Amino acid sequence: MSTLLRRLFFVAVALFLAAPLIVVAGVSVNQRQELTFPPRGFSAAWYAQIFTDPEWRAALIHSVTLAVPSAAIAVAIALPLSWFLWRRVAPWANVFRILGIAPFILPPVITALGFLSFWATVGLFGQFFTAIISHAIFFVTLPLVTLSLGFASIDRSLVEAAATMGADDRTVARTVVLPLILPYLVSGYAFAFVLSLNEYIVAYMTIGFTTETLPIKIFNALRYGYTPTMASVSVFFVALAALVFGLIAAFGDIRRLLGAMGSDR
Amino acid sequence: MRREPPKTAADYAPLAFPALMLTLFFVVPFSIMIAVSFFRRDPAGFYKPDFVLDNYARFLTAFFGSVLGFSLMLAVLVALCCVAIGFPFTYLLTRCARRVQTVWLVCLLSVLSLSEVIIGFSWSTLFSRTAGITNIFVALGLMDEPVALLPSFGAVLTGMVYQALPYTILVLYPALVRLDPTLLEAARTLGASPVRAFFNVVVPALRNSIVATLIMVFVFALGSYLLPQILGRPQHWTLSVLITDQAIYQSNMPFAAAMAVFLVLISLALVGLTLLIGRREEAS
Repeated sequence: MSTLLRRLFFVAVALFLAAPLIVVAGVSVNQRQELTFPPRGFSAAWYAQIFTDPEWRAALIHSVTLAVPSAAIAVAIALPLSWFLWRRVAPWANVFRILGIAPFILPPVITALGFLSFWATVGLFGQFFTAIISHAIFFVTLPLVTLSLGFASIDRSLVEAAATMGADDRTVARTVVLPLILPYLVSGYAFAFVLSLNEYIVAYMTIGFTTETLPIKIFNALRYGYTPTMASVSVFFVALAALVFGLIAAFGDIRRLLGAMGSDR
Repeated sequence: MRREPPKTAADYAPLAFPALMLTLFFVVPFSIMIAVSFFRRDPAGFYKPDFVLDNYARFLTAFFGSVLGFSLMLAVLVALCCVAIGFPFTYLLTRCARRVQTVWLVCLLSVLSLSEVIIGFSWSTLFSRTAGITNIFVALGLMDEPVALLPSFGAVLTGMVYQALPYTILVLYPALVRLDPTLLEAARTLGASPVRAFFNVVVPALRNSIVATLIMVFVFALGSYLLPQILGRPQHWTLSVLITDQAIYQSNMPFAAAMAVFLVLISLALVGLTLLIGRREEAS
């Protein structure tokens, strides 16, 4: 009885989470340019359009050129910071940890407006690189959290052993610490990358007037009516996120990343 | 290699780049935003430097009061719905096999990472007349003809619960997965049914986590800037939507900044409260 109820509850939550995506997936294969579900006919043309239509392709390229470097800068900020916090006793340095987490906890509109005020004041408003830096700061939380977990999981006796055998700080960092935290580094990058691809408001407030990323393009298209490409792009995004997180789960321990530390089950 | 305080300049070196980036691109923009909230509007550009309190004085209007009241009410409702669904769900999830948990976590992360634009578009499709859920009801004979379910308050609430539910579950997950299983075993051995054990043992043990999660989800829901716009009517707009609207479409950055400062204060007060609760839980 209770097992049945539990199954029903799980199915209900799964349906709730999947329902809009199922409808969008159905809509995206409509033969003609119309918003109907169940779909009439079958056509994968709207998926091809992401890559062939010049406007959608440009938006895709903008999104990728934004996400790849911004996630890299986010990791470049988070790695030395979390290393320092792990290696040194310096309670005041936690200020920077809080600064790194704040943009993610505060409502995103605020961070976005902060960037808009900043870039407008220094006179660089609308330049593409401003969005890269803004996203790097906005998403620095993710690699910061995964890397802090990674450092916390290192057995300090390993590091001590290396130091006793004569390795200096640099050698220890390269030959012991780096291999141990590499999975956390990769997942931190992946998290920041996927979220940057999907991000709308910060991108819109920094470069929205001059450049269209995919989310901006979908929103603009939504205001002028419906094209099935919006649906196919959405499905493409869900599939990409599932693929990236699936890979993290396959090669790492996603439960541990999400805070299941210390549970021995 | 023991942890030791930094001594030489070289010890501090790793901190230089992160400190520079976070100060220059987070602290400075934030300060500029606060300054802008005291500036005057410039129809031709972004703002004119000045020191006026007009932007804050506008909070005293009935319109702003109603937007604020609606935003807070909506965020409270979203937080309550999410925790009411998410807490029992997360509890049951942590009792599942590791494999099942992993699959669910991947799915939840995928939904969580979705853009608000995509969530808004998906739900507007699901609630539409031509491709919506009412078509299924018609096919099942429950309704006579398909109808559009948006724009409406229900659509806004559903969309926002959808957006916040994965977040809620992932915030609750660490607390529930680390819950001492012997607590529950004791309750079961003493004859409590699983439901009773859940309500009399699990819920009280995690009371503080539940309150902290409610606040976190509340702040998260306050930040939703597109869903009320896509799924609702103008009277369903929240403070975040209004800030975006003022900053971009009305090009009144000073007023947008003043509202943002106000929103920061609310959020910070609540996040501070969450931290306090968390600390008390660790101490006990």
